[in-house]
Amino acid sequence: MQRTTEAPSAVRATRPAEETALSKESPANAKSTSGAPRISIAVDDTRQVRTLNVKAAVDNVNFYYGEHRALKNLTIPIADRQVTALIGPSGCGKSTFLRCFNRMHDLQPGTRYEGSITLHPDNLNLIGPGVDPIEVRMRIGMVFQKPNPFPKSIFENVAYGLRLRGLRNRATLAEEVEKALRGAALWDEAKDRLQDSALALSGGQMQRLCIARALATKPEILLFDEPTSALDPIATAKIEELISTLRDQVTVLIVTHNMQQAARVSDYTAFMYIGELIEFDEAAKIFTNPSKKATEDYITGRYG
Amino acid sequence: MRDRVVEILLLASGLVAVFTTLAIVGVLLFESGGFFEHVTLKEFFTDTMWTPLFADAHYGIMPLVAGTLTTTVVALVVAVPLGTTIAIYLSEFAPHNVRETVKPILELLGAVPTVVYGYFALTMVTPLLQYFMPELPGFNMLSAGLVIGLMIVPYISSVSEDAMRAVPRYMREGSYAMGATRLQTALRVVVPGAFSGLAAAFILGISRAVGETMVVAIAAGMQPNLTFDPREPAATITAYIVQVSLGDLAHGSIGYQSIFAAGLVLMAITLMFNVIGFGLTRKFREAY
Repeated sequence: MQRTTEAPSAVRATRPAEETALSKESPANAKSTSGAPRISIAVDDTRQVRTLNVKAAVDNVNFYYGEHRALKNLTIPIADRQVTALIGPSGCGKSTFLRCFNRMHDLQPGTRYEGSITLHPDNLNLIGPGVDPIEVRMRIGMVFQKPNPFPKSIFENVAYGLRLRGLRNRATLAEEVEKALRGAALWDEAKDRLQDSALALSGGQMQRLCIARALATKPEILLFDEPTSALDPIATAKIEELISTLRDQVTVLIVTHNMQQAARVSDYTAFMYIGELIEFDEAAKIFTNPSKKATEDYITGRYG
Repeated sequence: MRDRVVEILLLASGLVAVFTTLAIVGVLLFESGGFFEHVTLKEFFTDTMWTPLFADAHYGIMPLVAGTLTTTVVALVVAVPLGTTIAIYLSEFAPHNVRETVKPILELLGAVPTVVYGYFALTMVTPLLQYFMPELPGFNMLSAGLVIGLMIVPYISSVSEDAMRAVPRYMREGSYAMGATRLQTALRVVVPGAFSGLAAAFILGISRAVGETMVVAIAAGMQPNLTFDPREPAATITAYIVQVSLGDLAHGSIGYQSIFAAGLVLMAITLMFNVIGFGLTRKFREAY
């Protein structure tokens, strides 16, 4: 898909075809809505949510650092095998929100979640008090702002998650590592140097290695926390292209500072401001015709 | 101008350390030169007895080397696993306030005079060991080695913990995000990432154990004994040096010169461990 260089207004060119494809995947749901699927922030109408094949339903989530309430009553559906972008000015809580999905906040004392993030199809509440964060992280991958490959070989980096899951067989490991590296568009560059240190790679390659590392364990949702903010424009374009291709196999949630990036890669976009959700809609709508004044001011660069 | 003065002063203080080291090596070489005029290198390294103070004098260094290596190995068997475990706990598991309480206490252990550890070995640990091993002699290398091990635990745990805490947070987050537990993250990411620091900690521990004097002088007995069995009494290089230094040997006599030859060997052993450690670090380190 040649999305990387197109202007935001042209992004939606392929949309109708994709929607049809989406409806075909779930004929039962397609029956209930004849029109084009559309999400609004008011998701109390569950019928609308169903039409989207929701992978994770965020319902009334609050998050606290000690006494400080960093996220306020967030309710957003995360569409299955689509790219959802979280945008907003620094400190708006978008990264904090992202890190709720894989319970990274549990690593720090004094944090608390409220509400629910229900992962479909088995209705697991990711932030439920009795839910083991390890189990959550086994199902949800993450790519960080700064590429953070382990100081091991390229092969061992990708095999890391597989080994954690108890995979020992060498042939299977090699096979899965290759698959993941191909999935992250790194195989051609890395296949002859699998035993070299991952730290010998360039920044963009390292970030694709981190994507491969996450893909290897077949996550259901892949979280991206400003994945290109430490990269040059060419490496950024490659990562964006990669994210566009990933949407066929995995649900993507991406935090980005870069509005052009959000417009280029996302299907749905949530605009957040000081811990609150201001607007959530299809990306085309947000970037061409937002319904809230604050959203418009932000995307036209009046603040942030 | 003032910068220049400061630079010279700093350089001078650096040179003090360099010159001290060179002076020590110089004295060791010079004095042991006199020793090796009387004793051939062949005798020094192959004779199985070390009795320079007896009428029937033998000058084989191996019994002392064996004593030194045996107590060191016993000490490391205690200190490396214990020190590393403590470091992993403090760095990866302990809540902030526990770490801030435990670490100073541990470091305080390193400030206890070694003569106290020596009597601890002789009067507490040896009787305790004799309870389990009735035929254990009153002076033995096992007790001394165990206590030296305890003594160097704080060195190893403190330096190791610093090294592990220096592994960046994003490295751990990468591991946790993959679904790793704390222990998996500690063992698969943090320990390999901190390997050069851990190696430095082990080398420091080895150097302390090799050079330890009071504990072995008090608790291991003073008889040179060519054995690697820790249950036996033996003398180490350091114990011999302190024994001779306390005596009334004439300056320039061969017995007097023998302690410099012993000191030279001691220094060679320490140097050897440092070189091995340096090589290991370069081979296995996972730098970040």
